[in-house]
Amino acid sequence: MPGLGSLRNNTLVAEFFSQYMWSWAAYLLTGLIHCALLIQVGAVGALFFIWAERKVSGRIQDRLGPTRVGGMFGWLQSLADGIKLITKEDLMPDGADGLLFRIAPYISFCASFAALMALPFSDGWVAIPINTGVFFILAVLGLEVFGVILGGYASASKWSLFGAMREAAQVVSYEVPLGMCVVVPVLITGTMDLVQIGTFQEGWFTNWLILHDPFTFIIFWVYFTCALASVNRAPFDLAEAESELVAGFHTEYSGIRWSYFFMAEYGSMFAVSGLATILFFGGWNGPVPITGWLGLTHETGPIAGYIGNFLGLVNFVGKTSLFVIVMIWVRWTLPRLRIDQVMKMCLKFCVPIAAVMFLGATFWQRQFPGGVLLKTSYGDRYVVTEADTAAPAKSKDSAKPAAKTAGEASPGQPSADKTASVSHRVTKGS
Amino acid sequence: MDSINWHSFFFLLFGLLASAFAVGVVVASSVVRMALYLIVALAATAGLFFLAGADFVGAMQIMIYVGGTLVLLVFGVMLTAQGPFVSMKTGGGDWLLASLVAGALLALLIPVAFSVPDWRGGEPAPAVMEPTATPIGVGLLGVRVDKLDADRPESLKPGMSSYLLPFEIVSMHLLVVLVGAAYLARTKRRRSPSQIES
Repeated sequence: MPGLGSLRNNTLVAEFFSQYMWSWAAYLLTGLIHCALLIQVGAVGALFFIWAERKVSGRIQDRLGPTRVGGMFGWLQSLADGIKLITKEDLMPDGADGLLFRIAPYISFCASFAALMALPFSDGWVAIPINTGVFFILAVLGLEVFGVILGGYASASKWSLFGAMREAAQVVSYEVPLGMCVVVPVLITGTMDLVQIGTFQEGWFTNWLILHDPFTFIIFWVYFTCALASVNRAPFDLAEAESELVAGFHTEYSGIRWSYFFMAEYGSMFAVSGLATILFFGGWNGPVPITGWLGLTHETGPIAGYIGNFLGLVNFVGKTSLFVIVMIWVRWTLPRLRIDQVMKMCLKFCVPIAAVMFLGATFWQRQFPGGVLLKTSYGDRYVVTEADTAAPAKSKDSAKPAAKTAGEASPGQPSADKTASVSHRVTKGS
Repeated sequence: MDSINWHSFFFLLFGLLASAFAVGVVVASSVVRMALYLIVALAATAGLFFLAGADFVGAMQIMIYVGGTLVLLVFGVMLTAQGPFVSMKTGGGDWLLASLVAGALLALLIPVAFSVPDWRGGEPAPAVMEPTATPIGVGLLGVRVDKLDADRPESLKPGMSSYLLPFEIVSMHLLVVLVGAAYLARTKRRRSPSQIES
């Protein structure tokens, strides 16, 4: 039984609300709750990570960083900055293309928000469980660059235009190795569903895909490099190179629109880090299967399952934040690359390494499907049943009633409703 | 959920968005605005795919057209722009010709769409989000999951041939085209060694 957040439970929540209001309002309210929670991931996450960025950069440069606002450690500094940005005047250059200039920050923000929609935060805690979640997140994150390009172009400023052009060239090139890196975990698990990829790595940390074989270990670092480049972070932040282009694509932006660009940046940092966590670092599964020992799974009951899922959420957010902190660390450690070095890095290093590792992982998967030294049994609960491959036509009739009650669908009866990919996993030890 | 058929509602919403912004692409004069409208139109089409339960095709639509092609389009505009904003004026003759062609196509499509009996009348069934990636991938290798029969699963049936060879031929063709384009576009002038060093 999947946890809250899958579409089946969305239906349950909506039906609960519909006792008190019109049913269309209940569905709308359920959707709004999800939206609000996910926007908080972007907004509160940005507040926290901007503060962390200031503290980490301060420590790296032998300074203190913010110390006063909010008492200890200046933890309210980002909030003060946010209030400042909201109250700032929203300027637009005279020569700018008004419509494009105004709409560009929202495009970036919406793209990074849409990526969070398909990201599972714990076992089944995902706003929209998509069968091709990995692919969807990559596709939507590629959309974020469009806001940057539009903003840079519409500003009618040379600095902005240069920044936007660099960003376009960089992101289009780095999507290629990024896609290749992501294919490898998909190849090993045999699914593009992020919930299933996470479930596959259940158990001890040796089940994490980064430790699956030497090729996945290497390809994680390629992924991380390409992810840094695709979210436009230093040392790949050529689009806003302060020492050359004033501020790059957002030179002409101020106030709340500027902060939308930044929420988009931190949101997509969180999204690519979350993707790395799920693809390579076990997702919501901790290094030690404590939740399994304590029986905090859905088999023992909804409350225990909820607690277990909450621990998973803590795990996931912890690992993801760790990657974001590493990104911050890298930013304040490495100097910015030149544009030719960026392209060289992509075409001469990332793409060939990713291609070779892809072939190697294919070979490994064929020769040693069960591992070599550690004979790990991957994902006891992970079984691709017929419903994944079976005919769409024959299971259509069972689709609607299966969504009614959560407890009914037994693992033996694959139903093709929207949560089928989750519900038909064979559960262990039950 | 009975009061509003959400499927119809979102179908109409995405359909209207796609059509309206497609008209916007034609009417707009600035190339980059056209690109923006085209993005909305194509993304709304992707929404229609998601609504039909084809999530893989929808994500593909976003990735290839919205994330890839249009970024390249705007990139090309930025690289070649002379002034700050490129604008294109469409002449009266072009309008006439284009509306003739488009009207002829529309006149052809509407009767075809209404001639399918299954598409007429009744409320459409809500979409079922089925896993589409696996059938598409397996279908590329020649096994059509939806056409498998229980009695003779091992034999190839009409419509079950592999698409892998045509796919490979097309991709090799594209690669040749790209190499050729790069060869044609590169600078022909031979540089002396001193120029290269500088």
